[in-house]
Amino acid sequence: MAQATQYNLDQKFEFTDAVRKMILIVGGIGLLFFIAGIAVEMFGGHGHADDGDHAYHWSQRLFANLWINNVYFTGLAIIGVFFFAIQYAASAGWSAPLVKVMISFGHWLPIAGVLMIVTFFVASHDLFHWTHSDIYDKSDSHYDAIIDGKGAFFYWPLEKGSFPIFYIVRMVLFFGFWVFFFNKLKTLSEQEDLHGGTQYWFRLRSWSAIFLVFFAVSSSVSAWDWVMSIDTHWFSTLFGWYVFASWFVAGLAALTLVTIFLKEQGYLEMVNENHIHDLGKYVFAFSIFWTYIWFSQFLLIYYANIPEEAVYFVERLESDVYGGFIIVNLVLNFFLPFLVLMTRDSKRHSVFLKLMCTLILFGHWLDFFLMVQPGTLGQNGGLGLMEIGLLLVYASAFSIVMLTNLAKGNLIAKNHPMLEESYHHHI
Amino acid sequence: MEKDKNFVLGIFDDEDVLSQAVRQIRKAGIKIHEVYSPYPVHGLDEELGYRRSRLPIAAFLFGLLGTILALTMQFYMMKFDWPMIIGGKNFAPIPTFIPVTFELTVLLSAFGMVGVFMITNNLKPWGQPRIFDIRSTDDKHVMAIDLASNAALGKEKIVEVLKTVGATEVNNKNFED
Repeated sequence: MAQATQYNLDQKFEFTDAVRKMILIVGGIGLLFFIAGIAVEMFGGHGHADDGDHAYHWSQRLFANLWINNVYFTGLAIIGVFFFAIQYAASAGWSAPLVKVMISFGHWLPIAGVLMIVTFFVASHDLFHWTHSDIYDKSDSHYDAIIDGKGAFFYWPLEKGSFPIFYIVRMVLFFGFWVFFFNKLKTLSEQEDLHGGTQYWFRLRSWSAIFLVFFAVSSSVSAWDWVMSIDTHWFSTLFGWYVFASWFVAGLAALTLVTIFLKEQGYLEMVNENHIHDLGKYVFAFSIFWTYIWFSQFLLIYYANIPEEAVYFVERLESDVYGGFIIVNLVLNFFLPFLVLMTRDSKRHSVFLKLMCTLILFGHWLDFFLMVQPGTLGQNGGLGLMEIGLLLVYASAFSIVMLTNLAKGNLIAKNHPMLEESYHHHI
Repeated sequence: MEKDKNFVLGIFDDEDVLSQAVRQIRKAGIKIHEVYSPYPVHGLDEELGYRRSRLPIAAFLFGLLGTILALTMQFYMMKFDWPMIIGGKNFAPIPTFIPVTFELTVLLSAFGMVGVFMITNNLKPWGQPRIFDIRSTDDKHVMAIDLASNAALGKEKIVEVLKTVGATEVNNKNFED
């Protein structure tokens, strides 16, 4: 119907003290858990040393946890930018009121980059087996021909076992370009707010397309670098997709939660149950996509049963520590979203979505937990106070950074050429 | 008067006029048999007061049938009928059943949905769909009102209402023979 629709397009999100306080309390509880977790590890029982030469130290568990959260929250941040870029590249109209929420996730990226690089320099020997120089020395008893063969991927052009310059350069480049693209897209979107006109939308579309090409490559390579190289001997050709799928579902769940939160606070009144339904469909569809990728990887390895491939799942499924979490992982990330979000009603009512998205966010954190911990901690790992604590600390830090920056700009891309279309979105 | 035989047709050019007309006609207490349009008109099913389609339920049930069928078939074959050792696995390796299970689930749910849709909408091969006005496949929206279910109002009143709400033409359609 061609009646003019009046919405407050100049609305700004106000980050109230009440909300900030709640997030800080969650973060504070997380910090307490985290400190208690460290204390338990320090003074509690000593872990069993699996591999003779490295005695287990509690700091290893701290580093592994930092790494899980670094990778996971980097994913949430970059998926915000990625989903923003998807909207423009696909000329999507329905999502026009939500683009500012998506792009606001990217504010975590610079922090994530610094955290990642610092953690790597502090903890590389505890996290990555390939950083030990003796495995590249043919005369040493620890010489490892397989890792030696892969060494150039980390050390080129320097000598293997020295400084992993290629690895560091990739990490810096990826974060550098991601932050660059994030800033570019955000600036263009802000200029559109100021000046209006469709030329910004076209420029956003071009920049989005370029970013998507870069992201297609960088997301895969970063997954090999940051996650797959923990299990240095092992490889999987679809690991990049696997990590991306996990990131994407988690990012979509976070976006849905933030959107519902903003609506409940009284913002974004043009976002109705049809838009929420679409977000729910994304979460539902990409939960199945994640399962498809997870299962493709599992089935091929299971069926071929080649020892050097199967070791990845043997390490996890046969372990007392991680075996059960594989099932929890599949239940949280596939069976529950599949069965609960299948019906139309559950995607249109925020009660179901809030519950499912929270579970999915935890489920995909658990997925990264299962990728990182078995390779770094072996039987000394587990889901304890330290894990839950640090997850809450990161989650509240991420929320505060995101919401603070969301409050600084417009909440709605008020000159987006497709706003009117999105008001009438109907499914 | 016999039901489902005598109709008054309101022909509409514009989807917005049509949506408004549907609302006003229902408010006037006239029951609409069906509206035929060349393309999907957003929100029309809500204006017409249709209940939500139950097709997803059919899809789910057919999908479930596919899942059960696929699992039983493979279990029977691999465990009882002709057990074979493949790749050193057990006789009933559940993970290898999943791709076939997935495919049969999708196949049966898709075919089941299409079948149910065809039958409930009288598009089955042995059915004869009734055409109210052939222009509803081109550029006109056709609103069919069954005279029998609106007997209390009378034909003249219905025609009058249709004209006032913006129908460009009002025709009669009989399916007597």
